[in-house]
Amino acid sequence: MSDSFDVIVVGGGPGGYVCAIRAAQLGLKTAVVERDRLGGICLNWGCIPTKALLRSSEIWHLMHRLNEFGFSADNFKFDIEKIVARSRAVSQQLSNGVGFLMKKHKITVIAGEAKLAGKGRLSVSKDGKATEYAAKNIVLATGARARTLPGLEPDGKLIWTYREAMVPPSFPKSLLVVGSGAIGIEFASFYRTLGADVTVVEVLDRVLPVEDEEISAFAAKAFAKQGMKLKVGTTVTELKKGADNVTATLKAKDGKTEQVTVDRVILAMGIVGNVENIGLEAAGIKVDRTHVVAGKYGETGVDGVWAIGDLVGAPWLAHKAMHEGVIVAEKIAGVKGVHPLNTSNVPGCTYCWPQVASVGLTEAKAKETGRKIKVGRFPFIGNGKAIALGEAEGLVKTVFDAETGELLGAHMIGAEVTELIQGYVVAKTGELTDQELSHTIFPHPTLSEMMHEAVLAADNAALHI
Amino acid sequence: MATNILMPALSPTMEEGKLARWLVKEGQTVKSGDILAEIETDKATMEFEAVDEGRIGKILVPEGTEGVKVNAPIATLVAEGEAADTSVDIPAAMKNIKDAVKAEAPKGDAAKETVKTETLKAEPKKEAVPAATSDGKRIFASPLARRIAAGKGIDLAALSGSGPRGRIVKADVENAKPGAKAAPAAAVAAAGTAGLGVAPLPDAKMFYKAGEYEEIPHDSMRKAIAKRLTSAKALIPHYYLTIDCNLTALMATREALNAAAPKGKDKVPAYKLSVNDFVVKASAMALIKHPDVNASWSETAILRHKHADVGIAVAIPSGLITPIVFAAESKGLAAISNEVKELAIKAKDKKLKPQEYEGGGFSVSNLGMFGIKSFTSIINPPQSCIIAVGAGEERAIVVNGKIEVATMMTVTMSCDHRVVDGATGAKFLQTFKQFIEEPASMLL
Repeated sequence: MSDSFDVIVVGGGPGGYVCAIRAAQLGLKTAVVERDRLGGICLNWGCIPTKALLRSSEIWHLMHRLNEFGFSADNFKFDIEKIVARSRAVSQQLSNGVGFLMKKHKITVIAGEAKLAGKGRLSVSKDGKATEYAAKNIVLATGARARTLPGLEPDGKLIWTYREAMVPPSFPKSLLVVGSGAIGIEFASFYRTLGADVTVVEVLDRVLPVEDEEISAFAAKAFAKQGMKLKVGTTVTELKKGADNVTATLKAKDGKTEQVTVDRVILAMGIVGNVENIGLEAAGIKVDRTHVVAGKYGETGVDGVWAIGDLVGAPWLAHKAMHEGVIVAEKIAGVKGVHPLNTSNVPGCTYCWPQVASVGLTEAKAKETGRKIKVGRFPFIGNGKAIALGEAEGLVKTVFDAETGELLGAHMIGAEVTELIQGYVVAKTGELTDQELSHTIFPHPTLSEMMHEAVLAADNAALHI
Repeated sequence: MATNILMPALSPTMEEGKLARWLVKEGQTVKSGDILAEIETDKATMEFEAVDEGRIGKILVPEGTEGVKVNAPIATLVAEGEAADTSVDIPAAMKNIKDAVKAEAPKGDAAKETVKTETLKAEPKKEAVPAATSDGKRIFASPLARRIAAGKGIDLAALSGSGPRGRIVKADVENAKPGAKAAPAAAVAAAGTAGLGVAPLPDAKMFYKAGEYEEIPHDSMRKAIAKRLTSAKALIPHYYLTIDCNLTALMATREALNAAAPKGKDKVPAYKLSVNDFVVKASAMALIKHPDVNASWSETAILRHKHADVGIAVAIPSGLITPIVFAAESKGLAAISNEVKELAIKAKDKKLKPQEYEGGGFSVSNLGMFGIKSFTSIINPPQSCIIAVGAGEERAIVVNGKIEVATMMTVTMSCDHRVVDGATGAKFLQTFKQFIEEPASMLL
């Protein structure tokens, strides 16, 4: 036995490293096992590098509007290699940052692949050599990876997952994106903005299907205006690889098929949990459809083993994983008054153009609960700051319980809404009602004023529309 | 500019009310604090005060109008020298309602006194739940929790919060029973707000230093006892009847019967009757003779039971429980005796099934074995009567002008006055006494 810890976290992604920091803060002797790079998918292959890419595409978009803002320039170009290099540098900087945080909190970082090895024991193998560690608590945070379907398997060259899509060796002229969730749409947006001919296929009847229907429809309109081809209610039945292109057979709901030939395909059909080879079965930990079944505090049912993040239930988002990491660390340390995560207060953000952000119930879901609701809407065109920014396209929507004034959901599309949504999340978490939000003074001129107006609008009292 | 005077919301649940009487006339000058009108709700009549000074412009809703919606304009207030029919600015008018109103208890109510309610806003959107307890302690609750509590008539002061630093959040209120509705209706209704409801008892922990007591957390039985008996005592109008029974004949019968008990192979007698077994049997026989006592209160009717199902209060280490001898009128003393013994063992082993202790028509609680002479019990709902049985003891009694010694037992019956009136209960006890004093008459 090499060493023993109070807590060993398996996986150095956002859930894992945050859990480790919190555990260390609470005085627990903590280690993190990571097989690749600290920061996990989020920092290295997800949230962060894509934001760097999308920033480049946003600038490209603005460059095409230079005239509008009083500038003139011509003959500007982009260099995909440099765009990718910047994105990688951003990831590298942040991954290093996590390493620094581990050091600062005296957290031992163990490189290798971990496996549960009996009660309170973890075996970590690296280069064929296994070392055993003892831990009073083991937190599984192994994350997830892209889902593949039979016939729709990535090859890393012509058929990509997010991983290859993030580091294209050259810029594809045409692209088929399979899946219109956050990952698919962000890549579709990035490539379309930079000029690729992008087709998005979605099996459900609308793009961004988890979002409010009105927001989905608004997004679909905006994407179509940008020249994105959206095929909803459509599946990909076959991908036929050519020398440097792929011919996809698409089947619509009505049975009609068509073929499209594209340079590259990006598969973004959701994720599956990384449940393999970590000793779950031997330990008696339940797995349901590639995700560990965990209690509201991350308990796995096996004493001393916890699970958080993408490995467990939806929503599969970094900030949800981080929050769960804190909850588990505090539970382990015996902190009093730890509250379980309330999924209806977890915001979701998609960094396409225009951006989409939401929290809580959609209008349809709120109606399904059977309660009386009231809905407020406010368009970007009624907001001074939005017009000054040249971003007058968007919508803010609120859904309230008509009787109690509870904020059931908020849905936004438009510039910078991913930065705005937290206001509604704070309100929801603090259980503010329509009244407190109405009485809140929002600064002028800001985009946030639309959030106020959308609250007032639920009572037909919006001021600037 | 004229402002509207709006129909005030005098309680959190008020949606409409009757404009009972105007106390001002059009053109009359009013100042802050003047009573403008009397507003009647289903719960109370309240006086409605002016907050601003001015002149009554127009009375829009004549007195005697029923079903006036909260926030509907009922009159206009104009500044001195302004025409009465000047147009009205509604939002400004909303501010024009006095925060405090006076509430008067409904007629014929015990709590008939004029009381000042907690701050009430005429604007229904404003919170109507007090932000502080009656002793001025601030209640920490989320705005949503306050709104839901107001809607459901829940007194926040009675809740403990599960949110950060004990803050009351939505889940706490949603899980709470609408206590204010269940609490003594008169007091709460009279107040028209939680402000005057039953004040929660202070937490005992406030009075003692930590470490100077041992804390025994409530188990589910303790919680059930606390909850059930608190509501039984608070909601059922109890009254008590006490009677003395002479046990001389009973003791003799009991001795004779016990002596005659056949013995099994192991020399254990087939039964051993206790005084309490006679009490159960006598209760059952008396209940069949007095069906109006063998009854339960329900919202719409009195339920008369066809059998005498008699509950026996059994003390167990963690509390008490009342298993039931069903159809005790049809069972002999030996059967009752053995059944009670079995139920008591099951109760101590916590093996009673709900159908063995829920329901029933009557209960017997006996503390005689502890030498208790007499006591009163709390009715065990949905039953309407319970007898508290004291010790059988030798006492000096007067018979035909002479002092004699007899074994006596004092029995006190608690009755639900909604079901059993005094004379009804008394007649029952008379019959009960007869059966106890002449056990042979139970054979008739």
